[in-house]
Amino acid sequence: MKLLLENAHVEGIRYYEAYRKTGGYRALEKALKMTPEELVEEVKKSGLRGRGGAGFPTGLKWSFLAKPEGVPRHLVVNADESEPGTFKDRYLMEFLPHLFIEGMIISSFALGSNVSYVYIRGEYAWIPDILEQAIAEAKANGWLGKNILGTGFDCEIYVHRGAGAYICGEETALIESLEGKRGNPRIKPPFPAIQGVWMRPTVVNNVETIAAVVPIINMGGEEYGKIGVGRSTGTKLMSACGNLKRPGVYEIPFDLSVEEFIFGDEWCQGIANGKKLKACIPGGSSVPILPANLLLKTAKGETRYMNYESLSDGGFQTGSMLGSGGFIVLDEDQCVVRHTMTLAHFYMHESCGQCSPCREGTGWMYRVLKNIENGKGKMEDIYLLWDIQRRIEGNTICPLGDAAAWPVAAAIRHFRDEFEWHVLNPEESQTRNFGLAHYANPLEVVSA
Amino acid sequence: MAEVQNIKVTIDNITVEVPMGTTILEAARKVGGEVAPPTMCYYSHLKGSGGKCRTCLVEVSKGSEKDPRPMPKLVASCRTGAMDGMEVKSMTSEKVIDARNGVTEFLLLNHPLDCPVCDQAGECHLQDLSYENGTEATRTTFERRTFEPEDIGPNIQLHMNRCIMCFRCVFAAEQLTDYREHGILDRGEHARISTCISKSLDHDFIGNVIDVCPVGALTDKTFRFKQRVWFTKPMDAHCACTKCSGEVRLWMRGDEVYRVTARKDEWGEVAIASNGKPGWICNECRFEKKKASDWVIEGPSNISRHSVISQGHYNKTVHEPQIGLLAEVIGKQPIMKMDIHDVSDVNKPNVHLSQIDGPAHSEDFK
Repeated sequence: MKLLLENAHVEGIRYYEAYRKTGGYRALEKALKMTPEELVEEVKKSGLRGRGGAGFPTGLKWSFLAKPEGVPRHLVVNADESEPGTFKDRYLMEFLPHLFIEGMIISSFALGSNVSYVYIRGEYAWIPDILEQAIAEAKANGWLGKNILGTGFDCEIYVHRGAGAYICGEETALIESLEGKRGNPRIKPPFPAIQGVWMRPTVVNNVETIAAVVPIINMGGEEYGKIGVGRSTGTKLMSACGNLKRPGVYEIPFDLSVEEFIFGDEWCQGIANGKKLKACIPGGSSVPILPANLLLKTAKGETRYMNYESLSDGGFQTGSMLGSGGFIVLDEDQCVVRHTMTLAHFYMHESCGQCSPCREGTGWMYRVLKNIENGKGKMEDIYLLWDIQRRIEGNTICPLGDAAAWPVAAAIRHFRDEFEWHVLNPEESQTRNFGLAHYANPLEVVSA
Repeated sequence: MAEVQNIKVTIDNITVEVPMGTTILEAARKVGGEVAPPTMCYYSHLKGSGGKCRTCLVEVSKGSEKDPRPMPKLVASCRTGAMDGMEVKSMTSEKVIDARNGVTEFLLLNHPLDCPVCDQAGECHLQDLSYENGTEATRTTFERRTFEPEDIGPNIQLHMNRCIMCFRCVFAAEQLTDYREHGILDRGEHARISTCISKSLDHDFIGNVIDVCPVGALTDKTFRFKQRVWFTKPMDAHCACTKCSGEVRLWMRGDEVYRVTARKDEWGEVAIASNGKPGWICNECRFEKKKASDWVIEGPSNISRHSVISQGHYNKTVHEPQIGLLAEVIGKQPIMKMDIHDVSDVNKPNVHLSQIDGPAHSEDFK
């Protein structure tokens, strides 16, 4: 079942006429006849969870928004999609800009935001033009601007281009950057719902979350809530990449098994070049990596499904997270140590430098990993790495510290023998790969 | 005006009553002694400071009377408001001590440890922190990040190598001067304090960035390499100054004034002057009035806690731990930091600085 990408392949869907013909802006018409409170209630009923990574219930987040008298409120959409392996928002904005804009107008109405912003990452250089064109079309047809459809509701949408920093995907850093300051995360509390952009109450949502508001209003929150399993409702966009036969953006139902997603003909069609599956990061680079056996089945031996609960089954010991949906697959030829080093380098490069554990720790982890990868490591280095990540996690201002620590922790937890092999065979590790160990057998489950 | 409600906070089993809106750190400072978490970036007189160094992390084992759930993560006590009935663990939590040790290790990772030639040695907050939370040896084998010393004006020298990125000097320049010439450039590991294209810092009150710097990154050019701080004797003095309160601390040896700084309180922050405002001093007082005759000397300064020079001396003025407290708080007797007077050849251990009449002179140590 496709809710978001249903019409993605209709010709000219990027433009207003084609979008309107497929039933576009119907949800907005419906929404403007409701009251903002009813809209928030609908979203609450739908059980929609934030699609940016943390999975916080959107309706709840909206109801936390402070509404002081005489103070404007803002909706800021986080389109700073910088998590390695994630490119679903880009697809959505590039091919269905009107769906996204419609979702934004509905959400702005629900939140009482007369000026809303899209903070888009700097590397997406061509997408702001697409969005601005869509905004202009929406305006020309009376869906944006002053007194929309005679309801007395005014709304303006501005697209703000970021300068290309991972940290600006963190909501408070995004707000700082939007205000024109250095993109350093703020210390919470106060949360953006109380003091956000220009110290006004602000809601920051992911692009996909905002787009999902359109089908919710179209079909009603309750109907939407029936799709999916448990507390994972609706559908999710996954951006599959890595050693897959058919990588790309897929809209998945939450009752899809991980095995089906990787090997199914409708989906990724298996591992490229006939190789075997070694490991996978199911939700963007910052979530824990899982070896093949724990990916396809949980530690209890149950089938793992592509949803919030099933992927995090077993906690960080034997599970992972759905995160932002950046599904990165590693085949048997990939070196986990090298892969972890690359990620550590990324986090070192992207740390804002504000708080000490992350500023100093990320660089230290990278250097230790670089030594191990290049055959200069010692056994103590593995313990040292564990110690560093343990002392970064949870002790930083923003979640970037955790995001830097988790991949390293998970790699050591599940692939310790590979690290040890690098230390014990420094020369061999330069010329060949560790390859597959016992955990690459999909049927064998290693107990935690 | 409505009365500010008082709330009760329990820190390391000691209950203290503070007004609503007080941070955990300020409440802990009210308890005093070793219960107060160390701070590297928080500065009570600078708005917006704090939360960055993570040395003041504490564990909140009970959120409040209304919501007794503990907080899931360690919180930065300098930026977290205390709630009624909150229970906080600082020194008594192993998790906190471990995190603090970790932060200390991170801060020292790229620190050059050039204390023997650093002017801040002896009154450096990072030294204090390392004595309390550091390890004997470093675990890093990598080259440290290095910068060239930078000249940022006629009075101040910047040693970026020693900087721990506390952002205090940025806040100080922002809030004390009319225009800020320096700030943070770059990000992550490469983040550094600098001016954009070699500007000079020459605002009347810019000298205060030296006082707020917890380490030896910003040093006074008129004092550099002249004297170790523990050989000088701090004396409170004042003068009639039109720009600032004129209440300063002179660092003297014999009749010579080696250095002038603002007066500091027991937490190493600028003390409140007699006019009720923080006693920031102007550049003229700090850099130019270097003769004893420029000042009216009041007497030896009260120095406590954050200074090696105070250990074992100034007997009457050392912060006395609250009576009846130590039995409740196990392991929180004030830690004796290294007493340089005892290990130095220069003076005789039997000469107590506090018993010398007036500023110490080299004659006194012969």
